[in-house]
Amino acid sequence: MAERKKRSEADRKIRVLVAKPGLDGHDRGAKVVARALRDAGMEVIYTGLRQTPEMIAEAALQEDVDVVGLSVLSGAHMALTPRVLELLKANGQSHVKVFVGGIVPDEDLGHLKEMGVAGIYGPGASTEDIVREIKLAVTG
Amino acid sequence: MTLTQAILKGDRLALARLLSHVENDSPQGRAALIELYPHTGRAHMIGVTGAPGTGKSSLVNQLALHYRRTEGKRIAIVAVDPSSPFSGGAVLGDRVRMRDLSGDSGVFIRSMASRGSLGGLAQSTAGLAQVFDAAGFDKILIETVGAGQGEVEVARLAHTTLVVEAPGLGDDIQAIKAGILEIADILVVNKADRPGVENTEKALRSMLELAHPVQRTFMHHGLAMSVSSPKEDTLENMWTPPILRTVALDGQGIPELAGWIARHETHLRQSGDWMVRERARLEVELETLVREELMGRFREEIPDNRYEEILERVVQKNLSPWEAVRILMNGRLN
Ligand SMILES: Nc1nc2c(ncn2[C@@H]2O[C@H](COP(=O)(O)OP(=O)(O)OP(=O)(O)O)[C@@H](O)[C@H]2O)c(=O)[nH]1
Ligand SMILES: [Mg+2]
Repeated sequence: MAERKKRSEADRKIRVLVAKPGLDGHDRGAKVVARALRDAGMEVIYTGLRQTPEMIAEAALQEDVDVVGLSVLSGAHMALTPRVLELLKANGQSHVKVFVGGIVPDEDLGHLKEMGVAGIYGPGASTEDIVREIKLAVTG
Repeated sequence: MTLTQAILKGDRLALARLLSHVENDSPQGRAALIELYPHTGRAHMIGVTGAPGTGKSSLVNQLALHYRRTEGKRIAIVAVDPSSPFSGGAVLGDRVRMRDLSGDSGVFIRSMASRGSLGGLAQSTAGLAQVFDAAGFDKILIETVGAGQGEVEVARLAHTTLVVEAPGLGDDIQAIKAGILEIADILVVNKADRPGVENTEKALRSMLELAHPVQRTFMHHGLAMSVSSPKEDTLENMWTPPILRTVALDGQGIPELAGWIARHETHLRQSGDWMVRERARLEVELETLVREELMGRFREEIPDNRYEEILERVVQKNLSPWEAVRILMNGRLN
């Protein structure tokens, strides 16, 4: 009797922005994650390659997302991530949870966490883990 | 300050939040729509629909750029993509083609998943458009994938509907259904840089003759050509959709397209069709709300188990659906 359920109850969705900052290469990993999040019932706004932190923060605002997922390969994560966090905060979106995926050296993990990154995933991470942790982070 | 006041003052974060409330049909969203209603009715709503991959997002990007450069108009974009029927989730990818618009505070792009129901999509799109309208956006571009009834419903919200086709998408025009052609105010053959444009154009023109048999106007070597049929005198107010070529990759044909959109708006206002469309749109909206309200009351009054019990009797063929309705509406079992 799905029809009888109210729209608002049935349809509140977690909204995630998946972005690929930096100038490097492909976005295969980001797309795999995007599809996994969709299959977990989330609404994923996919913005494509070569996004600047400004573009990412602007899109996060317009789309009123709960989560921003950054896919980084270039090693530029230490420059890009804090900038995104800073801009989100400046826009009044400090409630948005930021996740980072890609190759992050062990010595940077602590720094990123300190900055306020909610989760960091290497190339081998399971999509189930990512989905579970995003859901947990958003619903509290 | 309430969300509504913040929006009228131009607060973009408040706008983004309210769009979510409206999309989720929350009580706060409804309350805001009531407050904002007197501020609506100014924007020109432009629907952009067509088969997947025809270049709708790229075209919306170019149109918005054009309006920003030439008229400085404030542009809102609602980009709708389908939800997965399996998970209810969605990947919304239209922004990928709209990166030229980032960094411009005169543009606001919002992606929306079609979610469940048919009427629901049209209703939430209408809600989003009303919020943008009240927030002072001059043009609202609504992109939908022209695949089903839901998208046709959405297109009917718009004052001006563009139907986008492109050459080389398999069996020429198969992608376009006659029902979609009927809602077209302007036909766009995008990807005009590709081979096969003439065929696509020809096929569209012959289909259009069936859909709009009274009068033909089309662009020929950049000129608007009008081919009349004898009946036209009696229906001279009728708009006949032009067929335009564009290349959304580099913007070819976009000024002409914008020109035709403006011409259509003028036509609507001068012929009185603008008010006719507004009226029809608001009537549908009112009806939808009444239906929802009645359904809501019905749900409250009839306990789930009673509903199930009657449904079961219908399934067992002990009761016809028509009798079941009468019993349910009277609120008693006999
Ligand atoms: N050659 C050529 N390619 C184009 C043109 N316009 C768009 N494209 C390409 O066509 C592809 C699809 O473009 P989109 O703008 O995403 O098309 P869409 O209709 O919005 O697609 P969906 O939203 O997925 O239905 C992209 O690769 C574009 O770069 C054009 O005028 N010429
Ligand atoms: Mg698109």
